[in-house]
Amino acid sequence: MDFLTLIQILDSTVRLATPLLLACLAGLYSERAGVVDIGLEGKMLVAAFLAGAVSYVTGSVWLGMLAAIAGSTALSMIHGLASITFRGDQLISGVALNFLAAGLTVVVGQAWFGLGGRTPSLSNGGRFEPITLPFADAVADVPVLGPIYEELISGHTLLVYVAFALVPLTWWVLYRTRFGLRLRAVGENPSAVDTAGISVVRLRFTALVIAGVLCGLAGAYLATLAAGFVKDMTAGRGYIALAALIFAKWRPWYALSATLLFGLLEAIGNRYQSIEIGAFEIPVQFMQALPYILTVVILAGFVGKAIPPRAGGSPYVKER
Amino acid sequence: MTMMRKILGATAALAISATAVLAEPAIIFDLGGKFDKSFNEAAFSGAERWAEETGGSYKDVELQSDAQREAALRGFADRGYNPIVMAGFSFATALNTVAADYPDTKFVLIDMVVDQPNVKSVVFAEHEGSYLVGVLAAMASKSGTVSFIGGMDIPLISKFACGYAQGVKDTKGDATVIVNMTGTTPSAWNDPVKGGELTRAQMSQGSDVVFAAAGGTGLGVLQTAADQGILSIGVDSNQNYLQPGSVLTSMVKRVDNAVYEAFSAGENVMPGFSAMGLDNDGVGYTVDEFNKSLITDEMMAAVEDAKAKIISGEIMVHDYMSDESCPSF
Repeated sequence: MDFLTLIQILDSTVRLATPLLLACLAGLYSERAGVVDIGLEGKMLVAAFLAGAVSYVTGSVWLGMLAAIAGSTALSMIHGLASITFRGDQLISGVALNFLAAGLTVVVGQAWFGLGGRTPSLSNGGRFEPITLPFADAVADVPVLGPIYEELISGHTLLVYVAFALVPLTWWVLYRTRFGLRLRAVGENPSAVDTAGISVVRLRFTALVIAGVLCGLAGAYLATLAAGFVKDMTAGRGYIALAALIFAKWRPWYALSATLLFGLLEAIGNRYQSIEIGAFEIPVQFMQALPYILTVVILAGFVGKAIPPRAGGSPYVKER
Repeated sequence: MTMMRKILGATAALAISATAVLAEPAIIFDLGGKFDKSFNEAAFSGAERWAEETGGSYKDVELQSDAQREAALRGFADRGYNPIVMAGFSFATALNTVAADYPDTKFVLIDMVVDQPNVKSVVFAEHEGSYLVGVLAAMASKSGTVSFIGGMDIPLISKFACGYAQGVKDTKGDATVIVNMTGTTPSAWNDPVKGGELTRAQMSQGSDVVFAAAGGTGLGVLQTAADQGILSIGVDSNQNYLQPGSVLTSMVKRVDNAVYEAFSAGENVMPGFSAMGLDNDGVGYTVDEFNKSLITDEMMAAVEDAKAKIISGEIMVHDYMSDESCPSF
């Protein structure tokens, strides 16, 4: 494998990891606040649909992104209403959202465009353009570092840079701000937070709003990358993000490495569909199953003990 | 007792009215959905064409999961629809169990063979059509490397890939053909983002013409090819218009004709085996105003020559499904 191939695989890794990272961070905020969020997939799907539809109708990718964020946040609020306000089961509410999203996007899309849930292809104004960072062309000829900067770091769309910037930001918010402390506390011991006079309900809703916004970005990324919405286009990425979140033990930097790892495995699977090692050939099915095999293996013990936020999954009841 | 009799009577009346009124045809679409711009949509347009020309009506359903196949079949058969057309090879197992229970209903299965006295199996010679687009791809390619992206990894899709590879290699002996499959589950038909990534991966290996036989995933392939300035080849329906100037041609499979013929024949569908190939225009390549500028006279002559030779039997295109292997890979 030569150097250029390596760069290309890493470049592909970055593109594939971005939606996972955004969804993973969304799950991180939500679960750190004690709300299990299995509805990441559904939120991304609705966001992808709205991004595709609104970008096409208005011709503006920005309006599309806003619509994506609004739609995804609305689903988040339904999740909050069911599981925080009415203390319903968080898993069931999340699964319901996934089904709702899968059905609703197709039905609304069919009524709107008559293309069977697909949205029309986005032309250039409706998509994010790749951003060429300064001097990218100038340094392209510099050995080693040139291609790294030009191919790998430069030339992605805006949301890729946003996603990567969100990792340190999330770390800072969680560990260096008062809000972050409270957010973590409400996922571990909500009654202590309540005793301190801070609203558990409000904190959890805030976390869900953030999760909604991030899923909105993830969905908008998918739709603008593929230049349109196709039904079920998230293809299980929400669940992979959830696995990455557990793998990362609910911490932002680990979330980055976990999602990059999943992205890398997918990129390798795309590039080398069957690898020959000596006389033995690894079949393509194995390469494509690798992310899932890895999830099982890792969760079965290699990450050490993944301890979820203690109050995760249970609705908060003020007095018992 | 009277209650029982009433219910029985009502059911009987219903059953009679159902068979008396309805001898309408029905069609079941596969998981890709009837607007997939590809295989299912071709079937849908055939059904629509029949409805428009005859003024008749038909019933259709789109499946949401594999588990619904048998239920959908029995549902239509119970309600007296005849014939029942199934778009997709995946119905074979379900049809094999259901067909015997409804001897008076005619079933038409597209893309797969089920040997039952009341089933008509329509099979397309995808390898022949793919061979032709392979010829075009080899001549349009400047780098000498072309590629193929399949949807789900199944023998039918390998049949496309194999015919394509043979077409390329017969035209340009030293050409390289890269073959990739999107996945091994049905979600592989609906992942345009992954389709785009596969396209980029193949491009980085030198490919400049990519043939997508991957349903909704293929839309991502065509899009990425257009973005990156390489050529692509569409499949099943004519997809030339999706990315004008970038789609070299489309390997069309006239599923619409198969559905149209089945609907037109109505209850008198002849059970048995029907092959749709180049000789009866069951498969082919498309040239229209969107790709005219991409296909030179020389290419046109070569592909027409190949077509004639396949029909006359001078060129034998290898059918992957006959022995699950491909000499051209």
